[in-house]
Amino acid sequence: MHMSDGIVNAQTSALFGAIAFIALVFCGWKARTELDERTVPLAGLVAAFIFAVQMVNFPILPGVSGHLLGGALAAILVGPYTGALCIAIVLVVQSLLFADGGVTALGMNVVNMAIIGVGAGYGIAVGMYSVARRSAALRGADPPPTRIVGLIAFLAGLIGTICAAMGFVLEYSIGGAAPASMGTIAGYMFVTHVLIGVGEGVITAVTVMAVAQARPDLVYLLRRHRAEVRV
Amino acid sequence: MSGRRSFWVALAAATLLIAGVVSYFASSSPDGLDSTTLRGCEVVKTAAGEDLTGDCIAQEAGEHHLAHSPLADYAIGGRDGTSGLAGVIGVLVTVVVAGGGFWLIARTRPEGSKDPAAAEPGRS
Repeated sequence: MHMSDGIVNAQTSALFGAIAFIALVFCGWKARTELDERTVPLAGLVAAFIFAVQMVNFPILPGVSGHLLGGALAAILVGPYTGALCIAIVLVVQSLLFADGGVTALGMNVVNMAIIGVGAGYGIAVGMYSVARRSAALRGADPPPTRIVGLIAFLAGLIGTICAAMGFVLEYSIGGAAPASMGTIAGYMFVTHVLIGVGEGVITAVTVMAVAQARPDLVYLLRRHRAEVRV
Repeated sequence: MSGRRSFWVALAAATLLIAGVVSYFASSSPDGLDSTTLRGCEVVKTAAGEDLTGDCIAQEAGEHHLAHSPLADYAIGGRDGTSGLAGVIGVLVTVVVAGGGFWLIARTRPEGSKDPAAAEPGRS
């Protein structure tokens, strides 16, 4: 979902470049509380894993493909602020090293995938996990099982992807270079990204469940609530 | 202890395997956003690469500023069949940049917040 240079005008690109920069500085500031000697290696590997999986486009319709964005996945595993930085680093490496995603469009790509995708995906994940945990506690049951965590990860990935796609619609409606029907663009982006979001959700769920099985102590979403229980 | 180490080995191996091998099975069709911006155009293969004919948003797209860089389009020097190696290079660069950056951020973390999850703001 990487925009090329030129399809949105220079002023809008600069505006979103500034928004992305400010947001990432804020994330760098907040990430200090998420990162310690245990989570730094995980965060580095999660960024590399997302880079790798983003290379694997999967077909969604005849002649149309999609790939993981990774926002919900990164946020669930390493926290929202560190997760946003993971996606931003992937986007910078892709743009500067592999000519994938425009250089002037980098701000918009960061806003869509690193800020909106992470924010929406993480919001869904936190909200749903809180509900699942409370309803389990009411029944006197243990914390939600891994399959519930997987379902939450699926929906976080799906909705995060759709929201990220709507970021493009917003940016194109502000500064699109060619006249086009916004309704058509929004509809086409929505439909394709619902389908891509299903793939995103499956990859997010499988990965989160695998890490939660092997090392639940490393999953930020689960750790966060363990800390809450202790308080 | 070996169980703990095997997690890191498995995650690193999966990452390298996906970038180096699985990436060859990726669909080459345009993604959701590209197919949106390509609506109305036809992609025509030419000797020089691909050309767009018709009326679509992607006609406005300029060539990438770094289109001729050594790893452009996940190929080493533009050679076919090198995307796996390009992907592995990308994985290594990403892990160094991200790991190094996060290590620097972690060094500046405030004293007294020993449990990073407990320090999560806005949930007290």
